[in-house]
Amino acid sequence: MMVVVQRIGELAQRVGRDVNLMEVCGTHTMAAFRSGLRQLLPSTVHLISGPGCPVCVTDTNYIDAAIALCRRPDVIVATFGDLMRVPGSESSLENERAAGAEVRVVYSPTDAVALARENPAKKIVFLGVGFETTAPTVAASIVLASKAGLQNFFVLAAHKTMPHAMEALLHDQQVKIDGFICPGHVTVITGAAMYRFICEKYRIPCVVGGFEPFDMLKATEMLLAQIADGRADVEVEYSRSVSDRGNVAAQKLMAEVFEECDAGWRGIGNIPRSGLTIRMKYAAFDAVPALGVRFEPARPHPGCRCGDVLRGVITPLECKLFGKACTPTDPFGPCMVSSEGTCAAYFKYGKRQAAV
Amino acid sequence: MCLAVPAKIVELQGTAATISVEGALREVDVSLIEEPRLGDFVLVHAGFAIHKWDQSEVDEWETIRRGLEVAGSGGGG
Repeated sequence: MMVVVQRIGELAQRVGRDVNLMEVCGTHTMAAFRSGLRQLLPSTVHLISGPGCPVCVTDTNYIDAAIALCRRPDVIVATFGDLMRVPGSESSLENERAAGAEVRVVYSPTDAVALARENPAKKIVFLGVGFETTAPTVAASIVLASKAGLQNFFVLAAHKTMPHAMEALLHDQQVKIDGFICPGHVTVITGAAMYRFICEKYRIPCVVGGFEPFDMLKATEMLLAQIADGRADVEVEYSRSVSDRGNVAAQKLMAEVFEECDAGWRGIGNIPRSGLTIRMKYAAFDAVPALGVRFEPARPHPGCRCGDVLRGVITPLECKLFGKACTPTDPFGPCMVSSEGTCAAYFKYGKRQAAV
Repeated sequence: MCLAVPAKIVELQGTAATISVEGALREVDVSLIEEPRLGDFVLVHAGFAIHKWDQSEVDEWETIRRGLEVAGSGGGG
């Protein structure tokens, strides 16, 4: 591992200027902090955290809609645990559950289908958030419910996709990105070819990295080598899991159930073609038309700067709420809630490491 | 949330498999990977195997993990 660190030092010298490498994925952010990797990098190489935490980028009005659903007496909301404590305008799913609402944490979307079978008198609404890694599993659950003829299983879908979100960041005047460490498990599904347009159109190198500390160091080395050579290519460090074309079966399933749509990202705003909506063919399982879900204007906390954190414009240390009014036990924004949120990582692993 | 963990298939029946993650057992769906077999190492996300590692890829992962233990870094994921 130290050989890689040494090479990174040499390459950083060759590059001869400060570079910002964005680790797009929240799981990468957590892995980098947990391993102390940032402390091994030269002072000119900056890892900045990106928007790849699905919980963090889910709009407040989605949480509000989920809360409104769980207050209905005939509804059970099923969700991944990460969403439980995310603050909506007035409440959270955790608070609603404490007040008596039926909110169940599940491990897999198929667990929510099982809930629908076990509770025929109830409407089960699964909260479908997540990127390309997760969307196929939710698509599979809808197909499963369709084949089983279930009429009480619904998905409130807010899936998002990475490439156009990454592109949007390159148009952001406040953020200067010199290279992307691309999300490893998203790319297991999509294939690495998806990022080629970023290299060709914007001349920004992309390296798909794995999640062991060595993987991240190696990905950093590969990015610096590209920058030093003046190249902008898609390269795969995480080759034990990622291919150029990805998981075709998962892609087909995703395309069967979902179609591309524009999507609102918390803190970033609307990004064209960055979301997935349920196709008409499966509208009976789409909670929005089937249950008449309405998205009302949200009221996020005025001091919360999660949006700037998600774009890499500021670190959490520059937010006035961080560590004072906003902590993991009493969070204001989603970046402090999620286990892979940037603020949670900074809080957990301390300011000394974060400041590197 | 895009966490995926490597796990070994220890039981297999159609598209339903039991996997072992460091001894903990769990049912997963293997319909998204090609030709799952007993003993395969797979990446598991939200109850689905999303990728299958061949032996050389398992070896690479183990080497990386061992390297970390030697370096005393621990962790990983």
